[in-house]
Amino acid sequence: MSLFHIVLRNLRQHLLSTVITALSIALAGGLLMSIWIVKQQSQETFTRVNIGFDAVLGARGSKLQLVLNSIFHLEASPGNLNQTDYDYIRHHPTVKRSIPIAVGDNLKGFRIVGTLPQLFTDIEYAPHHTFSLSQGKLFDPNKKEAILGSFAAEQLNIKVGDTFHPFHGLAYDPRNQHPEEYTVTGILRASNTPADKVIWIPLHGLQTMGGHDPKAANDISAVLIQLRSPTSGFILDLMYNKQGNRLTFAWPIGAIVADLFGKIGWFDKVLTLIAYLVALVSAAGVLVAIYNSMAARSRDIAILRALGAHRRTILGTIVLEAATIGTLGMLAAFVFHFAIMATVGTIIRTQTGVLLNVWSYDRVMIWAPLAMISLCALGGLVPALKAYRADIASNLAPIS
Amino acid sequence: MPLLTLHSVKKSFLTPTGERKVIVDIPHFAIEAGEQCALRGESGSGKTTFLHLIAGILSADEGSILIGNQDMAKLAESKRDRLRAESLGYIFQTFNLLQGYTCLENVLLGMSFGPGSDKKRATEVLERVGLGHRLNHYPRQLSTGQQQRVAVARALANRPKLILADEPTGNLDPSNSRESLTLIRDTCKETGASLLLVSHDPHVLSTFQSVQDFSRLNQVVQETAQ
Repeated sequence: MSLFHIVLRNLRQHLLSTVITALSIALAGGLLMSIWIVKQQSQETFTRVNIGFDAVLGARGSKLQLVLNSIFHLEASPGNLNQTDYDYIRHHPTVKRSIPIAVGDNLKGFRIVGTLPQLFTDIEYAPHHTFSLSQGKLFDPNKKEAILGSFAAEQLNIKVGDTFHPFHGLAYDPRNQHPEEYTVTGILRASNTPADKVIWIPLHGLQTMGGHDPKAANDISAVLIQLRSPTSGFILDLMYNKQGNRLTFAWPIGAIVADLFGKIGWFDKVLTLIAYLVALVSAAGVLVAIYNSMAARSRDIAILRALGAHRRTILGTIVLEAATIGTLGMLAAFVFHFAIMATVGTIIRTQTGVLLNVWSYDRVMIWAPLAMISLCALGGLVPALKAYRADIASNLAPIS
Repeated sequence: MPLLTLHSVKKSFLTPTGERKVIVDIPHFAIEAGEQCALRGESGSGKTTFLHLIAGILSADEGSILIGNQDMAKLAESKRDRLRAESLGYIFQTFNLLQGYTCLENVLLGMSFGPGSDKKRATEVLERVGLGHRLNHYPRQLSTGQQQRVAVARALANRPKLILADEPTGNLDPSNSRESLTLIRDTCKETGASLLLVSHDPHVLSTFQSVQDFSRLNQVVQETAQ
């Protein structure tokens, strides 16, 4: 009969407290790993999402707002650019490719974005990946046709051949329906980018939608830009942001998003701190659970000693018991972790179209369990020392 | 050469008032190998402390407790634990079985601190005490007499040289008491183990040829009695 056998038997004898304590560890461990991985992954993923562009040119305002609006399809547009501004930038020698977009309408909350078909034919949204259609064909830029991102199509339950009327504004209001009817010609294959939650229509269609200001019929919301070289960014940054005061040149996109994470870094820290505190409280729970059971098991310990168990064997048994509770808890923590990740992943996907890799490996999956198990073992040391010092003879005395 | 020899063994405790009170003072005591000896002693006479000293559960203030050629009184605690596990079997009045373990596991656990768990041997001793059909029963599922038999099996499993029995029949009815006593004595004979049994029950003591009065043996008790 090994030490581990004795430990397992002790755990079984105090099954309820073992299960509750292990569950609290599982929750703490799951939370700790999830917070860590969501933080890492969202930072990594979001700073990488640029759907193949280096920069965005838009109306004067916040660079972050411009990027969020034109790349992530979040936030309101800071304003419009006129045709002259667009013509100037697209012919600028530092610009390799430029795609204009126009926003301002929605279909049941899903954004409708006007653009050129070249976005789907010429641009690699990620290295070696261009947008492709899972069904149908691209829209004709001169017709009232649309293609849907995979997530939008799935959520709206729209198929190729269906028709819809856009609604004015970025927020859905059934009273603001446009009279124009669009026909769905294609559904995009999932790209796991914000493009998946967008309804794409011809640029001209959005510009000339009924109810929009006819004077702004040639205006666009932003220009997505591929630069010829990294130095091109410095030139345009100087020209638009430092010397000019009408437009904003948001470049590089990754750094701007990273800046957002930098600004909300305190929030990460608070979440991480909460996770650490929960972990600490759970480890203290192990201490309390075992410590409270010490009175009940003092006789058992005395019997083991009387049978020849050394003090250090008793100490080792209790520390191992605490570590085993920690191990069981951390095994269950992975279940909680993946459940939390799946939920958070779905929320992020719904809100941004960006897909987190729920099953991805991170080093936290090694160090968090090790740290938690060590913390539990450390917590077990307190009752273990109490047992170590216990007097055998008095605990063996007959119970009257 | 005796199996167990005590010389000038003293044990004292601190009283709540801070005074040191001697509980056990044994000038000399010995048991030969294979001998079965009974000690008559009343409650509170220090006989359990005496057995705890022999078992190394308590350490003596002075004197020597030789088990074979090893002095229990001089050994470090971990070595006393080892010697107790390997050479002694202890039968308690309240049996002291672990309630979360089956009969078989209680015996195996006792063995694990000594020569090592041996399921075959554990089963054999449980069969010998008539519990071959109750191997996987928990103590709470057994009668008092059966629990006592598990305690006997656990004490014998390591083939100890000496069995210490502290009021082993104190919690049993007369019928179980007789059966249990016969079992303890017979199994000690079979294994060649010496037996030192402490009791205040005249029926139990009457079955022994060698009965010593603990109040005569322990100088402290004599002084108190006077």
